[in-house]
Amino acid sequence: MSQKPLTLAEKVWRDHLVVKGTDGAPDLLYIDLHLVHEVTSPQAFDGLRLAGRPVRRPDLTIATEDHNTPTMDIDKPIADLTSRTQIHALRDNAKEFGVRIHSLGDIEQGIVHVVGPQLGLTMPGLTVVCGDSHTSTHGAFGALAFGIGTSEVEHVLATQTLPLKAFKTMAINVEGTLRPGVTAKDIILAIIAKIGASGGQGYVLEYRGSAIRALSMEARMTICNMSIEAGARAGMVAPDEITYAYLKGRPHAPEGADWDAAVEYWETLKTDEGAVFDKEVFIDADQLDPFVTWGTNPGQGVSLLDTVPSPTEFDDPNERAAAERALEYMDLTAGTPMKSIKVDTVFLGSCTNSRIEDLRAAAEVIKGQKKAEHIRMLVVPGSARVRIEAEAEGLDQVFKDFGAEWRFAGCSMCLGMNPDQLAPGERAASTSNRNFEGRQGKGARTHLVSPLVAAATAIRGTLSSPSDLEGSN
Amino acid sequence: MEKFEVYSGVAVPLRRSNVDTDQIIPAVFLKRITKTGYDDALFSAWRSDPDFVLNQPAFAKGSVLFAGPDFGTGSSREHAVWALRDYGFKAVFSSKFADIFRGNSGKQGLVTGVISDNETEAIWRALEATPGLEAKVDLVNREVTVGDLTVKFEIDEYTRWRLLEGLDDIGLTLRDEQSITDFEARREPWRPKTLPAKGA
Ligand code: SF4
Repeated sequence: MSQKPLTLAEKVWRDHLVVKGTDGAPDLLYIDLHLVHEVTSPQAFDGLRLAGRPVRRPDLTIATEDHNTPTMDIDKPIADLTSRTQIHALRDNAKEFGVRIHSLGDIEQGIVHVVGPQLGLTMPGLTVVCGDSHTSTHGAFGALAFGIGTSEVEHVLATQTLPLKAFKTMAINVEGTLRPGVTAKDIILAIIAKIGASGGQGYVLEYRGSAIRALSMEARMTICNMSIEAGARAGMVAPDEITYAYLKGRPHAPEGADWDAAVEYWETLKTDEGAVFDKEVFIDADQLDPFVTWGTNPGQGVSLLDTVPSPTEFDDPNERAAAERALEYMDLTAGTPMKSIKVDTVFLGSCTNSRIEDLRAAAEVIKGQKKAEHIRMLVVPGSARVRIEAEAEGLDQVFKDFGAEWRFAGCSMCLGMNPDQLAPGERAASTSNRNFEGRQGKGARTHLVSPLVAAATAIRGTLSSPSDLEGSN
Repeated sequence: MEKFEVYSGVAVPLRRSNVDTDQIIPAVFLKRITKTGYDDALFSAWRSDPDFVLNQPAFAKGSVLFAGPDFGTGSSREHAVWALRDYGFKAVFSSKFADIFRGNSGKQGLVTGVISDNETEAIWRALEATPGLEAKVDLVNREVTVGDLTVKFEIDEYTRWRLLEGLDDIGLTLRDEQSITDFEARREPWRPKTLPAKGA
């Protein structure tokens, strides 16, 4: 058989084709896994009710509460009316339509993109959707995973399919070995700074190369999570032994003969020799430093060793204007060393960096250290299970001894839909994924950082990496 | 979605251009969790003005809107269409619509017909001279009649077909129901199921 060589994304697409679109009509793709949360689902369920339609496959659907959930006093009624209403609507809808739900207080409750992988529901070769742009996280397993709008949520609930137009493909080749203190977060921030916050538009990214292969599953999730911040619909990593080892034994992972059949298929999910990407990008992992953002979009990032750039460095007039606006909003002056920027709050959490490895990495840095006096630090595990795991390892005590607040699971300060917000003008080092104006609170200023930089910053009070600490105590 | 062929209802002149979706429905209403019940939210900022066209008894039960150019610009919120639909509107005419608004309308069964500025003006005058006049919207022949004025309107062929057939996106996909069922029969057993719940 001489078949056209295919990329990973094209293979997953091909294997989910229900109806091939003709005359410019979109293809109809089958959806393996539909994740649901309280913010983007109520109108979708209402639409079903209106049309008298059931959920076609409740057994391929799962809901959790995350965006609105408080991270303190979770046994008390939710104070904010809108938050409470959305959460109760989800609970009622799940009950009425027979959808599995993990509510506040449940051990599997948490950020939807932390819960799917942790249950072993996210696997290679699946199509995964959720009414949330960071669904790209699940691509770390070699799944085609992307965010959808509320109408599409309704469409998937009713039909378990989506009409879709094909994406273009982009290879992101990251070769080499990371230096100590440089992590997955720094790789993805560097990628976005390189291709721009809209550089991935219309593409599915495939992260490849020796530096990606060396990463743990959780680190790969951090990278795929922020694909959307480059404007891409999805990001993927081909599955390998690391993927299988992560999955094996998880509650919903296949067992026995099913496991063998699955691995046999997963082994085929590699981009074929000779397959052509629409675009290729190369990143040298050996050269990377810890990366942080200075501006108000995730593409406005530099090495932590660098200074705040001057708008005049940008040739593109739109970028220059955006840089000027960003510096004004962020209250920064060009030429200021990034390391001298003083922050008020450190947020360790969000679907980008709230998994157990992230908490371990940060705890390792702060253990036995003293928090800078003026810093407030929030640690918000991605799921109730991560929280319990961390407590079993004593990480909660490390954070508490340090003076950080140890919270319950949810999206929290990533978007401040719950009470965890920054005050106007407050500056944060945040392990989340969006530094947009007002994202973490009205007038709030966000620097996106890795968990290691977050931890070191909490100690020194200014943007820092662990290497800045050596010999300081 | 109901099939739309020929519909008659009270016509409303909205003498404004650039009616963006914030004016159709302000952001405060986006906090709601339902897909229906937005009738009170429609044009909410203007509704407190007694002179606003929908506050005039002859137009209060309006269901066919004639608006100025650039209707539905701004945010992509689908709520704008829901609000028009819930108030009772079945069709909107303008010389120019925002693309996303028009796409959203087609999905919800709201007809958006393009007529010229001159035709809009003529219809406005007729409605102001005789408030309460009905418009007859004929999607089969792509024409709208108000009093003794009949004008042709534009709507893309695909949307028109869907409206005539009464097919929303989901209805359209469900025409491939058999293919979906066949696909499901082929799915490998290792693919995950969320039920019965394991783990917790
Ligand atoms: S943690 Fe932040 S980015 Fe992730 S799902 Fe929640 S709100 Fe969205």
